[in-house]
Amino acid sequence: MNQQSYIHIFKREIRSFFFSPSAYIVMAIFLLITGWFFFSPFFLIARADMRSFFALLPIVFSFTIPAITMKQYAEEYKSGSFEILRTLPVSRVDILMGKFLAVMGIIGVMLLPTIIYLLSIAFLGDLDIGAVAGGYIGTLFLASAFTAVGLLCSAVSENQIVAFILGAAVCFFLVIIDRMLLFLPGYLVGLFQYLSASFHFHNFTKGILDTRDVFYFLTISGLSLYGIWMITRERV
Amino acid sequence: MINIDHLTKYYDSNTCAVDDLCLEINKGEVLGLLGPNGAGKTTTLRILTGFLEPTEGTVIINGLDVQRDPLKIKKSIGYLPESAPLYPEMFTYDYLSYIADIRGLAGSKKNSRIDQLADICSIREVMHKQISILSKGYKQRVGLAHAMMSDPEILVLDEPTSGLDPNQIVEIRSIIKEIGKEKTIILSTHILSEAEAACDRVVIINKGKIVADGSTDMLKKQAGSSRVLSAVLRKATHDEIKEFVMSLPDTPNPEIQNIEDGIKVRFQTGEDLRASFYEGIKKRDWVLLEMFQEARSLETIFHELTREK
Repeated sequence: MNQQSYIHIFKREIRSFFFSPSAYIVMAIFLLITGWFFFSPFFLIARADMRSFFALLPIVFSFTIPAITMKQYAEEYKSGSFEILRTLPVSRVDILMGKFLAVMGIIGVMLLPTIIYLLSIAFLGDLDIGAVAGGYIGTLFLASAFTAVGLLCSAVSENQIVAFILGAAVCFFLVIIDRMLLFLPGYLVGLFQYLSASFHFHNFTKGILDTRDVFYFLTISGLSLYGIWMITRERV
Repeated sequence: MINIDHLTKYYDSNTCAVDDLCLEINKGEVLGLLGPNGAGKTTTLRILTGFLEPTEGTVIINGLDVQRDPLKIKKSIGYLPESAPLYPEMFTYDYLSYIADIRGLAGSKKNSRIDQLADICSIREVMHKQISILSKGYKQRVGLAHAMMSDPEILVLDEPTSGLDPNQIVEIRSIIKEIGKEKTIILSTHILSEAEAACDRVVIINKGKIVADGSTDMLKKQAGSSRVLSAVLRKATHDEIKEFVMSLPDTPNPEIQNIEDGIKVRFQTGEDLRASFYEGIKKRDWVLLEMFQEARSLETIFHELTREK
């Protein structure tokens, strides 16, 4: 991997994202939904934590992240610019890392205003630093896994809408899978619970840093990124 | 410089785009890859530039295998894909600056190269315009500037004038000709006049195979062993004309038809028969209204070599 190359791709992707009005729409929707669901029970329950924010985050991420990733590969295939990119002296890993880090950067920018929630809580009551820090670390892992899944879905299609629907469906499935455990036979419960992104993410929000949860998110990210690397080997 | 050895590319088990293609391209050559749509030109160029992997065969450029050392090869090649698919949301300057960054140009070197390319490709007036609003001709020129950014030894241009108006075609061709004085250029096209105007050597491919290879003059000479002579006569009958033409050396059955002015005869000959044809007519006291020997154009050769049998 050429360090310089993936940084240039990263910068271009970031610039391109913020050039488009859809970027601001996605970010506004994210902040509206999380803000509404965070502040509406906040004064009712009168609890100084960010549980309601983190509880909702996997669901909100399951459609906002695919909305960010959908154009990353699909648009390049459709416009033909992928041919230009692949014939420049950059490797598939450079392209992948540039795009992956750009989406993570965009998510970082999208999460920045949520510091207001944090400051509001800190101002009004005693903040459980451990749980909040765990929540944000978990958010990083969750975002990384969903970004990789979203990019993989974008890499398999040259239609952005298909990429979005596919990405949202996979992420949503990973989020709600542990809500379906009641309907499953006993021997499948453990497996489906382990497959659930929400299950692993909620451990982080409790302030628990378990290597199994880290391993889960890294595996999802790693497998998806490997899938993209394979698919883009000869994508016309 | 470029050695394409038994190159084969299957897209699936039934679709063979390139079929055992062997080709050697010398340094400084401007090579035109000609062929009808679907002949395998773009696939060949895509393998050459490392975008596609061959099913079989190798491409060696300056001693390096494209599959084994793709990054090194990509550094020495500038590629302009068909219809110049650039990033529409970017500004021309930003786009070229991005390409320069990836190509490893920085600081004053980068700025002076972009400046130089703005002159070579005549894009100075659109440097601060968004690519999406540029005309096709300008997009193509920005694409050329992109391909030439690192001053590569080899330029690969896939149908560089497709979709352009006649004025834009002339402009792009003159840029290519200018660059061709110093670089090795591989140019794919199905426009024959373009190959004739810009290339030192022409390779015609059909269904993934090479069907002709040589300079445009050489190809014409090779195919020119047969010419077509046509004439319009009066005071002669069909049978008389047929008998006379058949008496000439190495001539097959002539095409004879009545036209408004007289009788038109057209036949293929092995050698230049204009003088003996005229002498024969004079002897028979026929009236010759017109006589024309068709020079076989590259177009005819191309058509004959690539038409469906």
